[in-house]
Amino acid sequence: MSELDQRISRWLETNTFHHSEFWDMQELVRAKRDAGLTISLCIPTLNEEKTIGKEIIVFKSELMDRYPLLDEIAVIDSGSSDRTLEIAASFGADTYLSSEILPQYGSKPGKGENLWKAIHQLRGDIICYVDADIKNIHSKFASALVAPLIYRPEVQYVKAFYDRPLAVSDDLRPSGGGRVTEILVRPLFSMFFPELTALIQPLSGEYAVRREVLESLPFPIGYGVETSHLIDLYKSSGLGAFAQTDLDNRIHRNQPTSDLGKMAFGILQGFMKRLRDYGMVKELPDLHGLFRQFQAEGHRYEQVTREIFEEERPPMITLPEYRERHGR
Amino acid sequence: MCKRTAKARSDGAPLTHREKLRRLREILFANVVMAGEIPAPTGAERRLTRFLSDRFTECGLANISLDHAGNIAGMLPGRVGRRTLLVSAHLDKIWSETDDHTVSVGAGMMSGRGLADNSLGVAVLATLPLILEELEIDLDANLVLLGTTRSFGRGDLAGMRFFLENASHPIDAALCLEGIELGRLSYSSLGMARGEIHVSAGSGELDHPEDTGPGVATILAGFVVALRRIEERESPASRILVGSIEAGSGYSVAPRSGMLRFEIRSGEAGHVARIGEEIAEMVATTSIGDGLRASLEMIAHRSPGDLGSDHPLVRHARETLELLGIESHVAPSVSELALLLDRGIPSLTLGITKGENRHSPSEAISLEPIFDGLAQIVSVLRFMDEGKPS
Repeated sequence: MSELDQRISRWLETNTFHHSEFWDMQELVRAKRDAGLTISLCIPTLNEEKTIGKEIIVFKSELMDRYPLLDEIAVIDSGSSDRTLEIAASFGADTYLSSEILPQYGSKPGKGENLWKAIHQLRGDIICYVDADIKNIHSKFASALVAPLIYRPEVQYVKAFYDRPLAVSDDLRPSGGGRVTEILVRPLFSMFFPELTALIQPLSGEYAVRREVLESLPFPIGYGVETSHLIDLYKSSGLGAFAQTDLDNRIHRNQPTSDLGKMAFGILQGFMKRLRDYGMVKELPDLHGLFRQFQAEGHRYEQVTREIFEEERPPMITLPEYRERHGR
Repeated sequence: MCKRTAKARSDGAPLTHREKLRRLREILFANVVMAGEIPAPTGAERRLTRFLSDRFTECGLANISLDHAGNIAGMLPGRVGRRTLLVSAHLDKIWSETDDHTVSVGAGMMSGRGLADNSLGVAVLATLPLILEELEIDLDANLVLLGTTRSFGRGDLAGMRFFLENASHPIDAALCLEGIELGRLSYSSLGMARGEIHVSAGSGELDHPEDTGPGVATILAGFVVALRRIEERESPASRILVGSIEAGSGYSVAPRSGMLRFEIRSGEAGHVARIGEEIAEMVATTSIGDGLRASLEMIAHRSPGDLGSDHPLVRHARETLELLGIESHVAPSVSELALLLDRGIPSLTLGITKGENRHSPSEAISLEPIFDGLAQIVSVLRFMDEGKPS
């Protein structure tokens, strides 16, 4: 076994958790209080009226009313045209339009924009991000992600991973990521950042992070936000800053392959930029920002193009408004 | 969280309670979601039992126990403790383990399999200690909270039956919770019997039963017609409901066996037994052709019972509904209430909210009326606690 293999194995042993390890909620709340931490839950949304109500109900009941683990639950919305915000507010979430947070910096499309603006708007020492499209929501989707940050001061960033409903044989579980992870991100990590392959689902939308880390990271506003975070934090702090928690199962919308292509294109843009910024490649040509797909109609083949430009927001700590609001 | 506070006997104004209980909105709704997303087909309620057990433990209930029938019970000891009240909800749902139990929450509604029957009832049972705490109500009587198993079909109320046969405390009055329909007031039970008519080809006797005469499906259809004739003669005092017919798998494969499920209901004592005997005679004497056999199996029985519309408990429940501006509708029951009334225990079944599409995949419950339902339950419970119903 190589030294790299050993490092990954050691990390898997010490920094990979199962949610059941954090079953004792009273103990978790006590530890949070003793550590003097505040925790914010952020749910980025865009037209999620079908699932948002249930998420708010479950998190508020279980992690605020019953066990006071969360200090705020906030929905940051990209401009839903359905009743997402109305439903979220009716069940007690704080709701914000992303465009109304730091309006002087403009408004950009993309989930990463909501995540970035949440750092300014929310108060917690820890921010836990949870996607809004989870059908089988449970309080563990937040509690089991913040728990390693509460119990282990050296851990900075906790990712979720799940079972995916593929074939299972004997006792081996299909511990893979999604399609984009397995055919794009994992091969890239294996080549350039092999230690990061230990993160079983690097693209999962559920993760909890300390404010000091979030405020220091640049934020791609689109698909590349998660991958870029991992690379940036890994380069500054190493694999030991990460942990991951097994949440067993997550049921969500399945995305069409054409959408996954766009996602992969955006991720590659962010990835290439980091290779260049960290001096890992000598020279890259100017990269095209137009993603090309094709659709066939009889014997006619038509180009479908989409401009995908992974714009990045600067680290939040560089904004004077942020430093003033949070006393940094 | 669930520590019980000092006693405070108010005048029981349901309208005030209704408003106060909105503070428990998210906790109650989360319990509905969680109870709703746990599959609990009849005879396999273990995971839902565990959920309820955890909730009872968090609320500090005494004597939390799982009995041999799989029921889960917990007790809130009363201030005096000479009497014992029971609030129950059946845990089982009509849906199978593999059906999608995802709950959706919208503006003012929740939808998902089994929410009305009976995830909402289970959620209210789980939340009841908090409800009493929020309203600062300490009962004089002990209050047993019971989640029962095996209510539906062949389960034949086995959970409640076992509990009543083995309860360590005599029950002085009882309340059964059903998710819908708010305003439902059940204080009587119909006599009922459930049966299954089986038709089958003996092993190896016929490869193609249709070749030699009417096949299994045709014979079952004949039995449906015969049951309908009996019902027409007995109506309106008695009814025969055909619940399901199962036979065959496709166009070109003759079924080798089939089954017809039916239920006899009657408010008249003795009618159910008499009709049951008539059906048994019919099955035994119907000529169904060579190589086929028909048999009857009776799987469930209830005796008719009635608390009476003038009973103080019934009057109080009706007055409470009137106060809340809800129209009451009397609906005889064939479920757990029948066993309680059969034992002479003053009992009611109440619905908690309005709903729609019962027993369909899009079963839905309205959220706002739930608080009327809770206020009604508390009012009836306090009335029972005063010892008036017996």
